[in-house]
Amino acid sequence: MLIWAALAALFLFSFAAYRLGRQRIAAMGQSARPHSRPGYHGAYVALWTAAPAAVVLFALIAFGGRIEAGLLRQDAPAAVQALSESEAQVFYDDVRVVAHGGTPSQRDYSGDLKPALAAKAAAARHIESQLLVGGLALATLLAGGGFLLAFRRLNVDFRARNRVEGWSGGLLVACSVIAVLTTVGILASLVVESWRFFAQVPPLEFLFGTDWEPQIAMRSDQVAAKGAFGAVPLFVGTFLIMLIAMLVAAPIGLFSAIYLSEYAGPRTRAWVKPLLEVLAGVPTVVYGFFAALTVGPAFRAGFNALGGMLVGGPLDGLGQYLAQVQNQMALVAGAVMGVMLIPFVSSLSDDIINSVPQSLRDGSLAMGATRSETIKNVVLPAALPGIAAALLLAVSRAIGETMIVTMAAGLQAKTTINPLDTVTTVTVQIVTLLTGDQEFDSVKTLSAFGLGLTLFVATLALNIIALRIVQKYREQYD
Amino acid sequence: MNLRNTYNSGNSMPSDQLEAAIQPAAASEALGGAPVKIAARDVNVFYGEKQALFDVALDVGAQAVTALIGPSGCGKSTFLRCINRMNDTIPGCRVLGRIEIDGADVNDRGLDPVLLRARVGMVFQKPNPFPKSIFENVAYGLRIHGLANKSEVGDIVEASLKRAGLWAEVSDRLHASGSSLSGGQQQRLVIARAIAVNPEVILMDEPCSALDPIATARIEELIDELRTQYCIVIVTHSMAQAARVSQRTAFFHMGKLVEAGRTDEMFTNPRDSRTQDYITGRFG
Repeated sequence: MLIWAALAALFLFSFAAYRLGRQRIAAMGQSARPHSRPGYHGAYVALWTAAPAAVVLFALIAFGGRIEAGLLRQDAPAAVQALSESEAQVFYDDVRVVAHGGTPSQRDYSGDLKPALAAKAAAARHIESQLLVGGLALATLLAGGGFLLAFRRLNVDFRARNRVEGWSGGLLVACSVIAVLTTVGILASLVVESWRFFAQVPPLEFLFGTDWEPQIAMRSDQVAAKGAFGAVPLFVGTFLIMLIAMLVAAPIGLFSAIYLSEYAGPRTRAWVKPLLEVLAGVPTVVYGFFAALTVGPAFRAGFNALGGMLVGGPLDGLGQYLAQVQNQMALVAGAVMGVMLIPFVSSLSDDIINSVPQSLRDGSLAMGATRSETIKNVVLPAALPGIAAALLLAVSRAIGETMIVTMAAGLQAKTTINPLDTVTTVTVQIVTLLTGDQEFDSVKTLSAFGLGLTLFVATLALNIIALRIVQKYREQYD
Repeated sequence: MNLRNTYNSGNSMPSDQLEAAIQPAAASEALGGAPVKIAARDVNVFYGEKQALFDVALDVGAQAVTALIGPSGCGKSTFLRCINRMNDTIPGCRVLGRIEIDGADVNDRGLDPVLLRARVGMVFQKPNPFPKSIFENVAYGLRIHGLANKSEVGDIVEASLKRAGLWAEVSDRLHASGSSLSGGQQQRLVIARAIAVNPEVILMDEPCSALDPIATARIEELIDELRTQYCIVIVTHSMAQAARVSQRTAFFHMGKLVEAGRTDEMFTNPRDSRTQDYITGRFG
């Protein structure tokens, strides 16, 4: 609590430093024109006042607890050293609770442990207050010292503007470094966990195996004691659903983009485009239950009726099959996902088609080409690289989509390209593997990381290809 | 009255249209007896509420270069775009009045602008080769209009590129992209594309404003060569260019046609004081 008050005080102090810096340079500026405007001088003083002290305070907030715990564990009494690692953890947790005046856990400490607990609690209080006092003293010292040093440098010739520019550049660099490091961190954890998975399941078996049975039995005498981790059915299912989705989304999205950018008047455009964008804002889970509750039963009813008509005829076999089609099938998930992707494809393609220079259209129209000839022969070829990239982006979204497939395509891992069958995808399996009670280091759980890494590599490859296509062809027609 | 003959020669207009055709006597006088290709009367153009052209009447001679000059926003490009109805593509643009090519009104309801534009080629300010090869750029008009069979296409492309003075530079890379050429080459490619379909009129909207002086000189040479076969109307900001390439000049100011006449007379002895001010650089 004290630390937050200190931060507030630091903020007020740096604001005062800003005013003081401005005043000082304004006073100096009576005789000669300063290099930088007063605001820059004020900001320079304020930054040196606030930044180093703030770093110390934030470090205290972030790492104070850990430093305290580390110091506390030194010179442990013999009774505590005798405890196992997890017992020691409980002991130290109780020490901190007691130190703050709370009641420890139900565990009763007897013998040597009881005085040890009291002693350690006292030590904890001592360490905590020392850390706090030390940190605050250091912060005060840095704030005061920074202020004095910066304040004394102010001078009409001092290039405060360049220094402040440097600070803002540094801030931007820091933010982008955080973004990059986070991504790298996620990737690293993915790779490490996958490594542990591949140590137990050979990569070849994972990539080319055709059996996916991740359910490992609790007892060794049960069937499927080992589980099978062949990812082929999952990737086939993912590919099948992606293909159906793209068959729906690519033509409809592209043609509506052409209509919107080339044919629609400004008034139509004004309400159709926002409407399409609303479609893009619908959460995927809504599409999911739309697929499961509306589209799925409708498709089943349709196919069953068709099957009923064919039964007994020359296509009897097909009729029998169609009559038994169930709600959950790849076609439903793919079609609904395609609908979800339509606004994505059309809005990207619309932007790309609009960026084709008007002079190209004028040139073609002036040659006596009709509007559709112009679109077919000039506009689309010029926009093609961008449209290809947009479609690839849609593909990587289709591959990563989870909710719709979970609800509408079923959970059975089957290697099939029959759109009326139930299939499952990589993302759905990751969800089912990681939800519910899981042991965190079982092969089953780890396989999610293997799937995640494979999926990540596939999507990354697609995105890189899309970017390359855009880069290679973009500048030619600008 | 050989002009009357020019008007009627080989035309298949219905008789009521013939009667409505513009009386050529005045035109013949204005053009000094040369045949009239394009005759504009009472042309008014509106962009929404704003009027861009006021009662423009102008005769353009066949086999001659007519330059349209005037300060920015004076309506000269608007007038040019009326001739091949490119203003149709601008939302909210209305064109009133008559513009006749060989006596047929281009604004006639029964006239298909697509067919009109096949007869009236256009070259734009910025070179705009299509995202296709050099060969396909020139063959574009032939293909969309079905004007030539496969064996003829190659010959026509070659002839057009030769007439545009580009053949020697591109004959060894006809299948390279049109946008790989330099700006001046691109503009000559666009001219070759326009003449490949053998139009009667070529409209040029500041064709050299994006080019360096050497490329400009080449285009001007080319315009002068093409004059013998086509009726050329060129919009230009450069008075020197108008003087170099055109036989007749029309001066536009604030949406009105101020003065039109022979280029040499207009530049030496303008009738209107506004023309004189513009030519001598006092405004514009």
